[in-house]
Amino acid sequence: MGSATKIIPALMSAGKEYVCVMRIHGDFDLNELQNIIKEFIGPIYQRPPLRSAVKRVVRVRRVYYIKVLEVSGRDVLMKVGVEAGTYIRKLCHDIGEVLGCGAHMQELRRTRVGPFKEDETLVTLQDVVDAYKIWTELGEEEYIRKVILPVEAGVSHLPKVIIKDSAVDAICHGAALAVVGILRVETGIKVGDLVALFTQKGELVALGKSAMRSEEMVSSRRGIAVRVTRVIMRPGTYPPLWKSKKKKRDIY
Amino acid sequence: MSLPIDITREILIREETAGSGKYGKAPSERSVEELLNAGIINLDKPPGPTSHEVVAWIKRILKLDKAGHAGTLDSLK
Repeated sequence: MGSATKIIPALMSAGKEYVCVMRIHGDFDLNELQNIIKEFIGPIYQRPPLRSAVKRVVRVRRVYYIKVLEVSGRDVLMKVGVEAGTYIRKLCHDIGEVLGCGAHMQELRRTRVGPFKEDETLVTLQDVVDAYKIWTELGEEEYIRKVILPVEAGVSHLPKVIIKDSAVDAICHGAALAVVGILRVETGIKVGDLVALFTQKGELVALGKSAMRSEEMVSSRRGIAVRVTRVIMRPGTYPPLWKSKKKKRDIY
Repeated sequence: MSLPIDITREILIREETAGSGKYGKAPSERSVEELLNAGIINLDKPPGPTSHEVVAWIKRILKLDKAGHAGTLDSLK
């Protein structure tokens, strides 16, 4: 909602989990199917289907896990964890090809997008309507606060970089983050990773691409640590403690 | 059954300075109006209506001028 829509790309590129029903076009041996499914874990090749939003060239996608939950006749209920951009319909079809008799995806439900799962935060449309009414008509905030999560919840899957108060406003204006503006860094950041910049109070400032590894961010004397790709916080939320280079600006 | 994003990360400290804490406020301190202007709903989309339709309903229910979604089932913004 509102400015939180700016983090949508960070969710689009995040891993997904689905529960699907795969219908097999013939009788099959469950052990054989399980063995074939194992072959589909890891990197797989997929050509996007005819009706798709992207260019139809073969691409590699990662399948993290496939778990058969239930088998009923020729229907196989399974849970699949995949990289963004993996087509589950195609996956089912391809499993059917290897099995020999063919298969198709009968039903699909997404059960996870990055940090969002089917947990206590999952609400129905009716929950939203009720919570909004209780807030506007009775002035009771408890329910609406359970329904609407802060924007920070949408980037909890990204590695965090905690920055100084003095660096916040410059970042809000799109400046790159220099190492001297950093307080703390989460481990495991590689060059090019999408990272989230936070204030000490836990507010999301911006998203960016890292230009260093975590270790370099804490040990380097100088240099750019993160290039900002998307600013979330409104400029002016924190005071501008950075010096403006007037002369340089005049050139433009 | 976990995704790569489920790895646990440690925290490395570059500088201890806590600062004054004068500026900003923790997300939990935000008003409902502020949450409505920059919040997320992990929505259980019913089968049938499209994500686009559901986003339109949400916008109407919450009287928002801007909303989007990041997936056919949940997480509407």
